[in-house]
Amino acid sequence: MEHLNESKRYHDEFVKGIWKENPVFIAVLGLCPALAVSNTAINSLAMAAATMFVLICSSILVSIFRNVIPKEVRITSFVIIIATFVTVADFTLQAFVPKIHKDLGAFIALIVVNCLILGRQEAFAFKNNVKLAAVDALGMSLGFGFALFCLGAIREILGNGSLFDVHLFGPHFEPWVIMILPPGGFLSLGFLLLFFNWFKVRQQQVKAKQEHIEQFNPIISLNSKG
Amino acid sequence: MELSQESSPSPLRLIMTLGIAGFFSGLVLVSVYLSTLPIIEANKAAALKEAVFLVVPGCKSFKTLVMRGKKLVVQTNEGNTKQEKKKDAAEKIFVCYDDTDKIIGFAIPGGEPGFQDLIKGILGYNADQKIIIGFEVLESRETPGLGDKIMKDDTFRANFKALAVEPEITVVKPGTREANHEVETITGATISSKAVIRLLQKSMTRWRPVIADWVASQN
Amino acid sequence: MDNLFWIFISAMVINNFTLSYFLGLCPFFGVSNKIATAFRMGLANIFVLVITALCSWVLNTFILLHAPYLRLISFIIVIASSVQFVEMAVKKLSPALFKALGIFLPLITTNCAILGFALFATNKGYGLIEGLIYALGAGAGLTLALVIMAGIREETKILDIPEVIQGTALNMIIAGILSMAFMGFAGLFITS
Repeated sequence: MEHLNESKRYHDEFVKGIWKENPVFIAVLGLCPALAVSNTAINSLAMAAATMFVLICSSILVSIFRNVIPKEVRITSFVIIIATFVTVADFTLQAFVPKIHKDLGAFIALIVVNCLILGRQEAFAFKNNVKLAAVDALGMSLGFGFALFCLGAIREILGNGSLFDVHLFGPHFEPWVIMILPPGGFLSLGFLLLFFNWFKVRQQQVKAKQEHIEQFNPIISLNSKG
Repeated sequence: MELSQESSPSPLRLIMTLGIAGFFSGLVLVSVYLSTLPIIEANKAAALKEAVFLVVPGCKSFKTLVMRGKKLVVQTNEGNTKQEKKKDAAEKIFVCYDDTDKIIGFAIPGGEPGFQDLIKGILGYNADQKIIIGFEVLESRETPGLGDKIMKDDTFRANFKALAVEPEITVVKPGTREANHEVETITGATISSKAVIRLLQKSMTRWRPVIADWVASQN
Repeated sequence: MDNLFWIFISAMVINNFTLSYFLGLCPFFGVSNKIATAFRMGLANIFVLVITALCSWVLNTFILLHAPYLRLISFIIVIASSVQFVEMAVKKLSPALFKALGIFLPLITTNCAILGFALFATNKGYGLIEGLIYALGAGAGLTLALVIMAGIREETKILDIPEVIQGTALNMIIAGILSMAFMGFAGLFITS
């Protein structure tokens, strides 16, 4: 029984980051990288991968040393750990995929100040064991990646008529250029959030209606008889 | 002061923790830096080589030239002061040779404010015939679909195959090019194309005299 | 001189940190409820940016030339601690100024606008004077964006807006439209 509970816990911590507590769509964290580099799908994925590397590595490390680090200097320690991994990611990208590194520019280095990463260390990794911290970090970074990919794909399809540089609509497609420019970032995220809100409200309405029908069902059936 | 149940750790312990964290972080950083540095340098050199070969067709090898006083000299890696190094990084051009070691042109990098941000480019210049033989944009944030035509428009790019720099490079409206020293702007990218032309003009004013001196000193 | 003016205007409106680089979005959405608060937040940003410009210039010139791999770590730590240090000094010397800016300083010491500024200034190879002008321009740009955003949000509070769109979605869309408006500044410096 205990074992079952435990595996359910892992499952919950993993899944929550992807949807229920999605860092971009629900918690609205890490906006700066999410909007700045999501003008193409490939850039989004590169950013998501770099963030995932940094988040998972730092979470594991912070969790291992959580009993050693005095809480007075925890934030400073987190920052040192995160900055180290970000620099590693920065150099690695620069060495092996220079083109992507050039496109992302300083935004790779700016992963350091992504509130999502510091937030997870403070709220989760510092209080939980290594396995849980890793699972939480994996879920969160997948959620972040999912959000980034949605934004990147939408912006690239509308703004350039392509996905992963593959043109989708033929030569007569007039690209909606604004979508790959900065305003497109704000607008796409705005409309996505709007859609989620609408969906949530809609679901609540449907649920309320159903409850209403169930509650008054006898009367309705009576009425229809009469 | 707040009374806490737990005894707070001594300042020494705090400093120790940060010190150890810093030490290991430094260790990791140095090793990653040293192991990726050769690859990064190689990438940069390859990108530079590609750009130079692109703007000076037929180029087989090139040397870096930097300013010392008012004269161009071939850059050497030793004996440079800190200031000279800094200046060299900001301002240098490349002299290109064909396979018989004959000078066939110069590649000159430059930058100029465009529509959105600096447009950085590199141009190829043939000092014998006084013509520009090639131009490539290296970096720009010009509007996709409009300003970025400076990189994509073939008619515009064809201007730089053999553009005379004498009497001087002049801007003309699309479809009105008559002389060999005129460049047509692009419809829908007037500002960006003018910025490119201004980049060429400024580079030429800056470098033509010193290049002429240098070529004369070589013979 | 020409160049310095271009750096200033470019950082302030053409390449506005918030609306075109998405830097400093946390205060942009978080502290833009009232114009007065937004303005003070903007001033605090300028203050921190100027300190950052000084710090990053010192680091770049004297230390990072020999150890570029320490850039990120040293930027963060040095900027954060020097801002704290200046904060203490301001508290002592000018309580009025501290009262106006004080509560914002810890919030922005390590936000992305500040670190982003240090990295951009480094990438662009700016010297001390250029860096300071760039800091002033970027700060003025942040303030401008914040105040405009706060102005619009004050208006939206008294409007009848459907519940679905309220909150972050509305702010995002306003920011998108503002960002579009700021695109109009592009090409400002092309004469002839």
